[in-house]
Amino acid sequence: MKDLGMNLALSAEEKSLLELITPELVKIGKDRSKLIPILQLIQEKLAYLPGEAIHMVADHLSISPSEVYGVATFYNQFRFNPPGRNPVKVCLGTACHVKGGDIILENFERKLDIKEGQTTPDREFSIERVACVGCCALAPVTVVGQTVHGHMQPSKVEGLVLRARIEREKQQREKQKNESSE
Amino acid sequence: MVTLLIDDKKIDVKEGTNLLRACLENDIYIPNLCYIKGMQNPPASCRLCFVEIEGEDHPIASCTVRVRDDMLVHTDTPRVRRLQKTALQLLLSVHDVDCKNCPANRKCGLQDMARFLKTALKSNRFDLFLKKNQVDQSHPFLDYYPNRCVLCGRCVYVCRDQQKLTELTFAQRGFNTVIGFFGNSQTIPPSCDRCRACAEVCPVAALLPKREI
Repeated sequence: MKDLGMNLALSAEEKSLLELITPELVKIGKDRSKLIPILQLIQEKLAYLPGEAIHMVADHLSISPSEVYGVATFYNQFRFNPPGRNPVKVCLGTACHVKGGDIILENFERKLDIKEGQTTPDREFSIERVACVGCCALAPVTVVGQTVHGHMQPSKVEGLVLRARIEREKQQREKQKNESSE
Repeated sequence: MVTLLIDDKKIDVKEGTNLLRACLENDIYIPNLCYIKGMQNPPASCRLCFVEIEGEDHPIASCTVRVRDDMLVHTDTPRVRRLQKTALQLLLSVHDVDCKNCPANRKCGLQDMARFLKTALKSNRFDLFLKKNQVDQSHPFLDYYPNRCVLCGRCVYVCRDQQKLTELTFAQRGFNTVIGFFGNSQTIPPSCDRCRACAEVCPVAALLPKREI
């Protein structure tokens, strides 16, 4: 079964976003042909489909949650885990594949202890595979957040994860400092 | 009533019956896996119930045709048998053949089919393509074995059309397709635990109740 990120509780912000969607659902109507547009709308607002949303849509259209789940898992455009603050996109296009992109993917999976398509419990990282990011000369390529990292090596994976964690810690410390000085 | 000739045997059936049912009810066996008696729109997903109908260029899955008057049907031609063997091999290419340790041993749809078609339980020219996950135990009342499942859809059908529960569904797609569900022990109704219709219709013991009643 696809991991649905049920271990990740909705944040307060996501809860309020989900509540805001309810009046829009009424506008869209209860026809079951509207299932995909509704799922798209929710993903547009929340960036993923949490389990709560699946139940909400099922109640709205009077169909079973399993049916919503079946449709949503069929399409690649829907994701069930929130994107992490550092979304890791490992390229597995032809060039990256030849250069061992799958090894890089495996390295990230092992280092972060999650599988492709999942998010770490602290929502810091999520791993995705992409088909091509358009810089095959740098293969194997990984995109972390907005930054492209070329010529990836297993040793670089460790460094990238560590750097992101340290930066996060630094930010949090500064935030605390600012708060205490105010 | 319409009269048709199947393998030189004259049979009378009610108009509008589907051909597979007409054959089975008149003791003419056609291999089939995904069909359940009474289905209005059979999914024709197993690709086993092929027959040749005179006037048609190619063999047709018999569950998708309705009987016509003076239909001439052949169920045992080389073309039909070839298609059926290929279909069985394709099913076996995603099936973990481990009969000794399988509860469906001796009452398995695939074993019956191989015996009837006189072929081995091997995918031969097709590579074996198994899923990593041997068993999915996330359902509160059922265990699901993806490598036994042939995705015939009988469980999904009985759950939806007979039990009106719709707890089971096809999830994901392509080679990753599995029988899935959504929910947990809180949201799945307890009637699901008592029903077991899905496990009963499964031809390959891919769905097993967690506990015996």
